[in-house]
Amino acid sequence: MSTSNNKIAEWEASYKKSLEMRPEIKKDFKNLSDMTLKPIYTPKNIDDDYIAKLGFPGEYPYTRGIYTGMYRTAFWNKRLLLGFEGPEVFNRRQKELIKAGQTALNIAPDSPFFRGLDVDQVDKELVGTTGVPINALVDMEIALEGIPLDKISIGCNDAGPFTWPAMVFALAEKQGIPLTAINGTSNQSDFISHYVSLHMFFRFGLEGHLRILVDHIKYCTEKVPGWNPLSIVGQHMQQAGATPLQALAFTLSSAIFYVDQCVKAGLDVDAFAKRFSFFFDISISLFEESAKFRAGRRIWAKILKERFKSKISRTQLFKFHAQTSGTELTRQQPLNNIARVCVQALGAILGGCQSLHTDAYDEALQSPSEEAARIALMTQNILAEESGVGDVIDPLGGSYYVESLTNEMEEKAWEYIKNIDAMGGMLEAIKTGYIQKEIGNASYTNQRMIEKKERVIVGLNKYQIDQKLDIRPTHTKPNQAAVEKHINRIKSLRINRNQAKAQDALHYFDEAAKNPSLNLFEAVVDGIKADLTNGEIIAKLREIYGFGRPLVIN
Amino acid sequence: MGKAANKIRVLMTKIGLDGHDRGVRMVCRALRDAGLEVIYTGPWQTPEGVAETALQEDIDIIGISSLAYDHVLTPKLITALKEKGLNNTPVILGGIIPDEDEKMLKECGVAGIFHPGSELDDIVEFISSTAVEYKTRI
Repeated sequence: MSTSNNKIAEWEASYKKSLEMRPEIKKDFKNLSDMTLKPIYTPKNIDDDYIAKLGFPGEYPYTRGIYTGMYRTAFWNKRLLLGFEGPEVFNRRQKELIKAGQTALNIAPDSPFFRGLDVDQVDKELVGTTGVPINALVDMEIALEGIPLDKISIGCNDAGPFTWPAMVFALAEKQGIPLTAINGTSNQSDFISHYVSLHMFFRFGLEGHLRILVDHIKYCTEKVPGWNPLSIVGQHMQQAGATPLQALAFTLSSAIFYVDQCVKAGLDVDAFAKRFSFFFDISISLFEESAKFRAGRRIWAKILKERFKSKISRTQLFKFHAQTSGTELTRQQPLNNIARVCVQALGAILGGCQSLHTDAYDEALQSPSEEAARIALMTQNILAEESGVGDVIDPLGGSYYVESLTNEMEEKAWEYIKNIDAMGGMLEAIKTGYIQKEIGNASYTNQRMIEKKERVIVGLNKYQIDQKLDIRPTHTKPNQAAVEKHINRIKSLRINRNQAKAQDALHYFDEAAKNPSLNLFEAVVDGIKADLTNGEIIAKLREIYGFGRPLVIN
Repeated sequence: MGKAANKIRVLMTKIGLDGHDRGVRMVCRALRDAGLEVIYTGPWQTPEGVAETALQEDIDIIGISSLAYDHVLTPKLITALKEKGLNNTPVILGGIIPDEDEKMLKECGVAGIFHPGSELDDIVEFISSTAVEYKTRI
């Protein structure tokens, strides 16, 4: 070994010397997480203990992948976040994408839904612009018409009270499909991430969100075992400006908070945590992102095993959905974004993702056009079936560089996690504004680096072209007649439903909220079955728990 | 509260239903660093509420940040400002604004639009000079 150390030192000296003739092209080589990168990595930079650090796919600590067969037995789920105009258009576009290779759904709501309002309670021009308005069971029925609920995983972007999962469950019951056959995720259910980055609105008071989330987890654990009731979100934070390292560490701290809450509510960790899943952003920093995910698997497994004394390996799996970074896409030369998305997606695949959304190339200009969304899906098809990227499991495993980066990512994430533990956990760290400040600073630093051209963005601060040569994508607005039709459907639902049943369901919320032995999410499911709307259910919960407010401003 | 002499007072806000606020926070910070007085309302404001705040706070210029289509409410904000007699308070927009909507926004009186990729210093410079220009119009 000493000979090899000498050899390494010798090479390092000659590298340094060579710089006198040919200096380095950058002032310093750093990744997005502010880690300094060496010119070369060697066996000296990694551990020898293969089994403890890496092991095998499907085996603790899962660095090399959570499943034994990984992409040799099944590709990741190709799942586009999609929603536009109304349930009819949503249904048509989903069916087309399924034909084009999509294997799972990811339903994106419009802003009124995010805000907890029905379509007839907001400015008409906002309905269906950036997502699909699905306000009641009748809408979900149209949105999922002809899509086999027991054969496709459904991601519902619903920050709570989980009216969308409730609609999916109610629809399954209506179609005679057992709940045990339903798969999917309550994406965005990590409400504390919304308190950090405000991407979705916390619809009602914190206490209510906590209660409904734990009850949702309880309900799914008992009745819908294939559903992931919790998706812990690092995506918001990274899109808000957090570095990949920060996003990983903060998300794991949030996950610790949620496990604690469920344990406090009397649940056994091995009964519920196996249905926890994660949701991350993927920047274009390819190796860094792959290392982030590899480190994430190792840390999460350790947290479950050592901190929460989990005994079942399935509980310790770091399952994640990933979404390519929208903030890295440029308005200038938008077709270049196709190349960016491909590299971002590759980072997630090399990182062993379970599910992947690829952004449409026109997202810096508008809500995705149909053509752009299809190209994003085809990018995944090309990666999966042309490039051979999935032929060998964890192809970056054993790379001196990536292993060293994985180790560094892990060490630095632990530092953050311990620091947040010392503050009293993630919720307390958010209340003090610490997390928001860290993210705000990272985002500002990044912006200034781009402006000083210390970080190159092709087409923006380098290689600009004449604007007239820029190809602009086509832009579609929601059809106003379709929006009107949708608004009228919700209005007439409120008039024509069984009112006694609807009122009973509404009153049950008061009872369930007061009585901790009742399940508040069950009240949501009953409410949906009684044709209550999302807006009505949230209004009721706001009456009980108050309106959601930011924990700190700035 | 007295207004510091000649200091430009900027109201930064998000109207409508979306909460994505990375952009607006960064612009606020750059404006403060440049010595302007900045009031940030937080997201989810109504056009009428923003107009009222602009009146109460003696605002020189309003910046709207929009990621998810809330820019379509800008005409309503400009109407609300006029109703309060604030005909001379410029409104600028930043964020994801589709090309097709630019003409409509300019026609209803938007003084400037900043797309993704804009530099903070350019935004600060535009806000400062536009505020001064509108003030001297009176």
